[in-house]
Amino acid sequence: MRQRNFGPIYALPQGLWLTVFFAAPLGIIVAYSFLAKGLYGGVVPQFSLAAWHTLGSPILLSVALRTLIVSIVATAITILIALPAGYSIARSRNQPMRLFLIIVPFWTNFLVRVYAWISILGAEGFLNDLLRAIGIIDSPVQFLYNQTAVVVVLVYMYLPYAILPLFSTIDKFDFTLLEAARDLGASKFDAIVRVLLPNIKGGIVTAVLFTFIPIFGAYAVPLLVGGKDSYMLGNIIADQVTKTRNWPLASSISMAVTLIAALGSLAFLWGSRRPSPALVVDSAEDQGLVGPDTANAGSRRGIS
Amino acid sequence: MIGSDVSVSGITKSFGDFQALKDVSLSIKKGEFFSLLGPSGCGKTTLLRVIAGFEEPDVGLVHLDGKDVTELPPDKRGCNTVFQSYALFPHLSVFENVAFPLRIRKTPHRLLKDLVMRHLSLVQLEKHASKKPSMLSGGQKQRVAIARALINEPSVLLLDEPLSALDAKLRQHMLVELDSIHDKVGITFIYVTHDQAEALSVSDRIAVMDGGRVLQVGSPQDIYENPRTDFVARFIGDTNLFSGTVIEREGEIATVEVDRLGRLAVEANGEAPVGARVSVAVRPEKLHISLSRPDSSLAEKNVVAGRVEEPIYSGFQSKYFVRTEGGASLVVFRQHAQWSEGVPDIKWKDEVYLTWNPRDAVIVESSHREDEGPGSRP
Repeated sequence: MRQRNFGPIYALPQGLWLTVFFAAPLGIIVAYSFLAKGLYGGVVPQFSLAAWHTLGSPILLSVALRTLIVSIVATAITILIALPAGYSIARSRNQPMRLFLIIVPFWTNFLVRVYAWISILGAEGFLNDLLRAIGIIDSPVQFLYNQTAVVVVLVYMYLPYAILPLFSTIDKFDFTLLEAARDLGASKFDAIVRVLLPNIKGGIVTAVLFTFIPIFGAYAVPLLVGGKDSYMLGNIIADQVTKTRNWPLASSISMAVTLIAALGSLAFLWGSRRPSPALVVDSAEDQGLVGPDTANAGSRRGIS
Repeated sequence: MIGSDVSVSGITKSFGDFQALKDVSLSIKKGEFFSLLGPSGCGKTTLLRVIAGFEEPDVGLVHLDGKDVTELPPDKRGCNTVFQSYALFPHLSVFENVAFPLRIRKTPHRLLKDLVMRHLSLVQLEKHASKKPSMLSGGQKQRVAIARALINEPSVLLLDEPLSALDAKLRQHMLVELDSIHDKVGITFIYVTHDQAEALSVSDRIAVMDGGRVLQVGSPQDIYENPRTDFVARFIGDTNLFSGTVIEREGEIATVEVDRLGRLAVEANGEAPVGARVSVAVRPEKLHISLSRPDSSLAEKNVVAGRVEEPIYSGFQSKYFVRTEGGASLVVFRQHAQWSEGVPDIKWKDEVYLTWNPRDAVIVESSHREDEGPGSRP
């Protein structure tokens, strides 16, 4: 009887925090995107759709497309590296030490780490010195300021964000299942694809989101190690704010980035959480609609 | 499905400093229900994993039907395993779990469905084909694991404590079911358990293991009635164990001067020369308990007098702990039925007489003197 629902009260600090620091700025950005631009930055309080119209310009669209491709490629490479890394940490006898090593880079400032990469890949950098010392090249190779450098550094930056969620799901995985799969005739590869991956789907989804979303909004990395042709949406937004001083356009591009990331994530989440055919059939059987004979119709769908 | 004979020879396996298996050799016959029985840590599961191919022995060979499979990976051996934790794939339905090996082999769909349903009906789970493992009870999960392990038509089924996670009643039921599945499929079953009652009730033969070694191999009757060592006698069922010295030997009957108990006549199958220190084992249900002294000579029966220290009533029988004048302690089982006694209830502190036939007691090897034969040489 004294069990009153204190939920709303407990949630109050979080609600306040989100309203002040998340919803309000977002609201301001939305509002700005519908206003006319001021001469020296800022906005004038006058309704305008100009910023949204500009979004359709070919230059913006091509940057958006490039951003999408770079994000997908970098995310894919990150996950491909993070999966075996997470697996080996989960199976290692010395988990704390290995996790510690994954976290160590966080102690150094993000920008400092980007500059470290510049000193590795630069014309006078470590990699060029090494290759010259071995005698593979005579004159310095330009590794920096191109798309590849952007992807390499992005993968480096976001790898820990993919490794950690993958590690924590793989750590909870029952490895007897892999033995069972091997016992039942599966090769090592089959066992991983058919048993491990489906069971750590949650971790993969988290890792993809943790990697894809920040990479999609990347700004510093393409600015510092990319060239003219590696501009991403984040750089365009920054330019609109600081150089061109078109705040409404900066706002509308930001909104577009947010929307694409949010909708993309939702679609991805929905796609990966969709119940398997077997479960759908199951609920039908619970209602007495399907007998045991037809119960495996779902699995038939599974192989087609 | 036709079973294979399995033989392991000279298997030794260590994990770091721990020697899990010490020179283990066994040969298991085609179609046999063979149990590996022992306390936890005795190496029985390791031996099963060596046969399955999950562990490679440091020394020794595994043969299936005379073919050396020691180096083969688990998917190439023709054995399948029922895991202690069931190891059902949580993301797949019951149907797909059982179909898993067939999908791997790319079995045509029509055949696949047929085979899966046939195996599900073998374990009476046709109705649950579309459920996820998480929706099943422990016993049902167990049966899915069995169906899945059998669908590859293995020649040997390896069962690693398959019933240990089930409650006592269900365990009894599943045991009977396992036995009938064994009869139906006719392949070799190798069954790992720490539960002597399970092993005794279903096995054709049992290997009792302890400390990485096989102590005794034999039929359930053999193991129970003629344990070779005191460990086997103690591990299988309850037993009264005494130590003493052989003072007379006449054919199969030896007279042993037992510490704190006096002279007993004991059946001696093996070596038990006069003067040898031996252990004597006698099962509690072989002892007859009475309030009046039975008339018999030592050659016919052993009689020991004592006082009931602790009577324990447990329904189908009573258990009495009796201490003799010399200070030895014995345990006795007594069934309750009108035919069993004209004698009234035996109560706490009653003076009683324990009687048993010499043929119901055996001389066993003492595990503390590992390297000496039964009844060490004088």
